[in-house]
Amino acid sequence: MAPGDPVEIQQGDLNPLHQQSLQELRKLYGLDDPLHVQYWNWLKRIVLLDFGRSFAPHGRPVIHMIRERLPITLTLNVIEMLIIVAMAVPVGVTSATRQYSAFDKATTVFVFVGFATPDFWLAVMLQILFGVHMGWLPISGLRLPVWEYLPFWQQQWDFASHLILPITVATFGGLAGFSRYMRQSMLEVIRQDYVQSARAKGLPESVVIGKHALRNAMLPIVTVLGLSVPGLIGGSVIVETIFAIPGMGQLMVQSVYERDYPVIMANLVIVASLTLVANLIADLSYSLIDPRIRVSRRGRR
Amino acid sequence: MIAFWRALSKNRLALIGGAIVLVLALMAVAAPLVSPHDPHKPDVKRILESPSTRHWLGTDQIGRDVLSRMLYGARVSLAVGFVSVGIATAIGIALGAGAGYHGGPVDGAVMRLVDLMLVFPRFFLLLAVLAFLKPSIWTIMVVIGLTGWMGVARLVRAEFLALKEREFVIWSQSIGASAFRIIWRHILPNAMGPVLVAMTLGIPAAILTESGLSFLGLGVRPPYATWGNILNEGKEVIELAWWLSVYPGLAILVTVLSYNLLGEGIRDALDPRLRQSVGRFGGRGR
Repeated sequence: MAPGDPVEIQQGDLNPLHQQSLQELRKLYGLDDPLHVQYWNWLKRIVLLDFGRSFAPHGRPVIHMIRERLPITLTLNVIEMLIIVAMAVPVGVTSATRQYSAFDKATTVFVFVGFATPDFWLAVMLQILFGVHMGWLPISGLRLPVWEYLPFWQQQWDFASHLILPITVATFGGLAGFSRYMRQSMLEVIRQDYVQSARAKGLPESVVIGKHALRNAMLPIVTVLGLSVPGLIGGSVIVETIFAIPGMGQLMVQSVYERDYPVIMANLVIVASLTLVANLIADLSYSLIDPRIRVSRRGRR
Repeated sequence: MIAFWRALSKNRLALIGGAIVLVLALMAVAAPLVSPHDPHKPDVKRILESPSTRHWLGTDQIGRDVLSRMLYGARVSLAVGFVSVGIATAIGIALGAGAGYHGGPVDGAVMRLVDLMLVFPRFFLLLAVLAFLKPSIWTIMVVIGLTGWMGVARLVRAEFLALKEREFVIWSQSIGASAFRIIWRHILPNAMGPVLVAMTLGIPAAILTESGLSFLGLGVRPPYATWGNILNEGKEVIELAWWLSVYPGLAILVTVLSYNLLGEGIRDALDPRLRQSVGRFGGRGR
């Protein structure tokens, strides 16, 4: 099915083995079984979180490789998500309450450009601008090689400065999207009667918007936030590869280059599970924002 | 229909977007006529020349003209966009129409399949599938199409659920028209509006995806030039030759922006209420 196979790549030019020993290796890895048998064996093992060993020369257990990388990707994505929400909510609310103002128009332009900007291109441009020409920020990795020998505060700054560019790139598109949804959702809510009546009973505008309107406008946003998790994780492929961050995305690209099937499949299983967990969290957090929704109520969709 | 054109012609941004889309398509089709140089011909005496009157956008590592490569690249990028969206739309319509019209277990099965596909971050899924296949332009088109039909399927299903209760459908059923005929001749034409919008917004998403893959070196391979793989080659020499990295990226940005403006314009002109259902994630690849 696939061109080339891992055994050939592994033994490659360095160590030309006999056809017979190649065959033995294939047998060892189970590559000569029929596909459905290979798949069934694989399924039986992932239930036990046994993803097998990497096909790469080091042959490490896949689960160890993922254990090193998952926290990095997870941390980055959580930070990105927090930044997106922290910035998109005020921006969206402000453009909605001042529809057609200069601020609203400026954000609309940003939204369209943000949607259209290829993240890999933005990454390269920022690297060359801030990393090379101005020399302000590091452009790859997570830490300097001499990190261990730095004083404590410099260590913290070093780590943070390595994150600035990747996180900027990763949040750019999402920020554009979310400010748009937030604006849209807020515009719908502030036309409602209960917002009028909150104003009519003399509540200050900050309470009307910040409490009555915002809470209701946040509901669809939570849904979109949950749905956007796969997109955000998918974005880490590009960001981690360009900025040489040793996370799941970079691992995925490397293993595709090397046709390291156990690692590829394990990556896919893990990121899919992350999406499921994120959707579950989004569903559960409905009831926090909106007390009318109870988790136990059935068939609410 | 007249109301649609009138509404669309009032939307200046959508018109500008549409004009750029049209010009891009024409330039891509006419690439052999309009390119100033042969995109594949190296010229060792003119390696990494900065933009000049001879080479408007400079030359690359082996002296090929960047403008000509970008024009030919537009062909590939647009073709990938159109074909993959075509594939995605065909699958989406077939599954969405079946699910919406028949309901019951068919609907359940299709929607669970949609849920299953949506669990995988698209870029990871694409990479995983590409690792098992022989790379070519066709593979890229098919794979992007096969991982992008879920939105259309949901959309078509929702339209069908609403339309199949209408009188004209019930009348056709009562005179014994076949399910296929009702779906194809009666319901589908009425559901095409949102599908058209989804297609217009799907093309830029596919172009972003293709250029991202090509940038990683896992998409369209040389000798075919695409905006993504020009960027991929350009990043190696970015400190020497900024023009190799700046222009293809701008080309992608302008293209995606124009399609998005046009798509949003069509959506608003068809029915402003569609804002809710179509294009929530329009124009964003992953």
